[in-house]
Amino acid sequence: MSEYKLTHLKELEAESIHIIREVVAEFENPVMLYSIGKDSSVMVRLAEKAFYPGKVPFPLMHIDSKWKFKEMIEFRDKYAKEYDWDLIVESNMKAFQEGVGPFTHGSKVHTDLMKTQALLNALDKYKFDAAFGGARRDEEKSRAKERIYSFRDKFHQWDPKNQRPELWNLYNARVHKGESIRVFPLSNWTELDIWQYIRMENIPIVPLYFAKERPIVNIDGNLILVDDERMPQEYRDKMEMKKVRFRTLGCYPLTGAVESEADTIEKIVEEMMTTTKSERTTRVIDFDQDASMEQKKREGYF
Amino acid sequence: MAEKLNIKEFLDRDEKKDLLRLLTAGSVDDGKSTLIGRLLFDSKKLYEDQLDALERDTKRYGNAGDNIDYALLLDGLKAEREQGITIDVAYRYFSTNNRKFIIADTPGHEQYTRNMITGGSTANLAIILVDARTGVITQTRRHTYLVSLLGIQHLVLAVNKMDLVDYSQQVFDKIVSDYRDFATPLGIPDIHCIPLSALKGDNVVEHSPYMKWYKGQPLLEFLETVKIESDKNFTDFRYPVQYVLRPNLDFRGFSSTVASGIVRKGDEVIALPSMKKSRIKSIVTYDGELDMAFPPQAITLTLEDEIDVSRGEMLVHPDNLPFIDRNFEAMLVWMDETKMDPEQQFFIKHTTNLTRVKIDQIRYKVNVNTLEQSMTDTLELNEIGRVVFTSNKPLFFDPYRKNKNTGAFILIDPITNNTCAVGMIIDKVNARDLSTNITEEDRRYMRDGYSIVSPESRARLYEQQGHIYAISGEAATEFGYTLERRLFDIGKTVVVLNSREITDIEKVADTLCKQGLIVICIGYSANGKYITNCKAETNKVSSSVEDVLKKL
Repeated sequence: MSEYKLTHLKELEAESIHIIREVVAEFENPVMLYSIGKDSSVMVRLAEKAFYPGKVPFPLMHIDSKWKFKEMIEFRDKYAKEYDWDLIVESNMKAFQEGVGPFTHGSKVHTDLMKTQALLNALDKYKFDAAFGGARRDEEKSRAKERIYSFRDKFHQWDPKNQRPELWNLYNARVHKGESIRVFPLSNWTELDIWQYIRMENIPIVPLYFAKERPIVNIDGNLILVDDERMPQEYRDKMEMKKVRFRTLGCYPLTGAVESEADTIEKIVEEMMTTTKSERTTRVIDFDQDASMEQKKREGYF
Repeated sequence: MAEKLNIKEFLDRDEKKDLLRLLTAGSVDDGKSTLIGRLLFDSKKLYEDQLDALERDTKRYGNAGDNIDYALLLDGLKAEREQGITIDVAYRYFSTNNRKFIIADTPGHEQYTRNMITGGSTANLAIILVDARTGVITQTRRHTYLVSLLGIQHLVLAVNKMDLVDYSQQVFDKIVSDYRDFATPLGIPDIHCIPLSALKGDNVVEHSPYMKWYKGQPLLEFLETVKIESDKNFTDFRYPVQYVLRPNLDFRGFSSTVASGIVRKGDEVIALPSMKKSRIKSIVTYDGELDMAFPPQAITLTLEDEIDVSRGEMLVHPDNLPFIDRNFEAMLVWMDETKMDPEQQFFIKHTTNLTRVKIDQIRYKVNVNTLEQSMTDTLELNEIGRVVFTSNKPLFFDPYRKNKNTGAFILIDPITNNTCAVGMIIDKVNARDLSTNITEEDRRYMRDGYSIVSPESRARLYEQQGHIYAISGEAATEFGYTLERRLFDIGKTVVVLNSREITDIEKVADTLCKQGLIVICIGYSANGKYITNCKAETNKVSSSVEDVLKKL
């Protein structure tokens, strides 16, 4: 019988491909939210697999908060060109021109305006009825309960008490006008699965994931990269070179690095297996308030 | 034990692990969350900062005294934490040296049958917890019935809190014997009973030093070694087309997930419902072409011939067909807060098909605690019944117990768009064999002398409208019987009345016509909306009959 057995990665891959195809078959106007991170990179590869030898039949959309690491933007533009992606980039330009940023407005206001609002505006602008996201259930407690097809009302809000039952691989794609579904094809992947898959498939990822000497300041215990001149001078004065890498990628002032020697995927996994911190602890925003991720999700954040 | 692997060897080995999906169910105080916390903790998957947060949370909400409250690891949502109960399905992930696991953690409360069904639909295995002090209780029975309903092949009865009954073998044996009396008739193929203490860690990962009388495997070892490959259906090839891939004029592929069975390059296949045959030209994937594919691989098939196949249609082997039918019966679990309106039509999603169904009959509902059957007109939230359906177009299905992927469906309310029910097909139904549900309203109608079969349903069944052909003239008899033969041959339901035999022909004809029949009256003429008068002349019978048929 073992010749008819799939490894866990192949089974997860098949499940994700099934989900991605199902969305394209049943929705009129889907989009894939592309965050440039490692999970997004895996998700894009799965979409390419789902429609091979054809092209991915929907656009990728990046919500640029204007505070992303420079290397992320370079990576995005390089691969969008190389792989011929249909890429949309959207930002909250009004808030940006008013000078909103994490240093001046704090992480909560920044995230709300530059990420959540920017995303909601973009979803409304293009009238997408389904949006793929790369979230995994093992990332954070409130995500453990989220469906693969996550229903959002006209205001893009999630109601954890009123989720549609989801059984077998039969997904309910029916929505009224203005309502939408967030789709999480990586729901059942763990962080280790993602790294294994990146290694197995040779998927390119942003170099920030690998350890390197980088200019760092310690802000309230978070190791923040000095990525541009918008970092206030008072912090820059404390800048030092450290060999660090990033476990997740977001806005550079809100994403802490970890000191590390891991400059290959194998070393990253080794470090992860023996590490004492789970991945979202390097995200400053999760610690704003208790149950903060759940709060953000109700409001429409991914 | 402490085999030294370098990281590359570790990854190479990890890559080859398989995946086991499991469901846990128990009632409120059975220690289920503690058991899951223990599995996660002991399999070294808990990161230290999650433990830090746990210590913080325990001080605020904890129920476990000075011990770490493992349950707090699992309850994700704020409101639930305050109530101290888990209210939805939550998924957890852990792995051992041999396997990766996905746990669907579902609550045991009466009102949440729905969640257990949700969590269990994809499970290979279910763990049902009982408290050693209370033994088999109503909820245990309900959970076991639901496991059998979902067709989960492997079940572990975890008799927890053995530390509180002095690790007594008699207590354990009594619970196992009670349980088997109840569970055996349900036909779950593989049942294992394990005495354990989740809180103390007995028989979870390591053999318990306090229960030497237990010779079986500890829980985790059992989970790591139980064979699940043969649970899948590798016999009946079913390929419900999900997406037609046409990137250019030279390539037309049918993308989907193999629902069951095995397909090989060169196989002859038949498309349903068109019954057109072709052969598999190639099995395409991003990682190269395959010689064969099996469930649950997601592939793209190309065919030798240009036959038309769309989403919702199915490719199968010609010598092994599913049922192709509009009438079927299923066990249905009602999932909506609003009770079923049996007169309403629903959307049904079955494989990759979306169509409408109506409910013909609820044969009975099942009391999930006692398994007793009773009559009902509707189903409410968390109720389970055996229901007969007619779909708008034929579905391609197998009984759920033979084939989960082609036997399962969901119902969607067309107004709210909620997933209001889920079903598991038992069999096809011969529509004419249905015994009918008579309502009180129907009885009032009948007492007042009215039929409860509507003209519309007669017209649908007979595929005709009631009509009277009044035939007069010298060749009336020949004309009448010729017309009867011709109408009968094209499938019409027709009777002949001869005025020589029937005195009140007008009244009889009118009665039959109103009931949807085509009535041919020989030797009679009259006027009316549903009457066609025909003059039958010798030598012109055939052509006159054909004229009538043309006007049908």
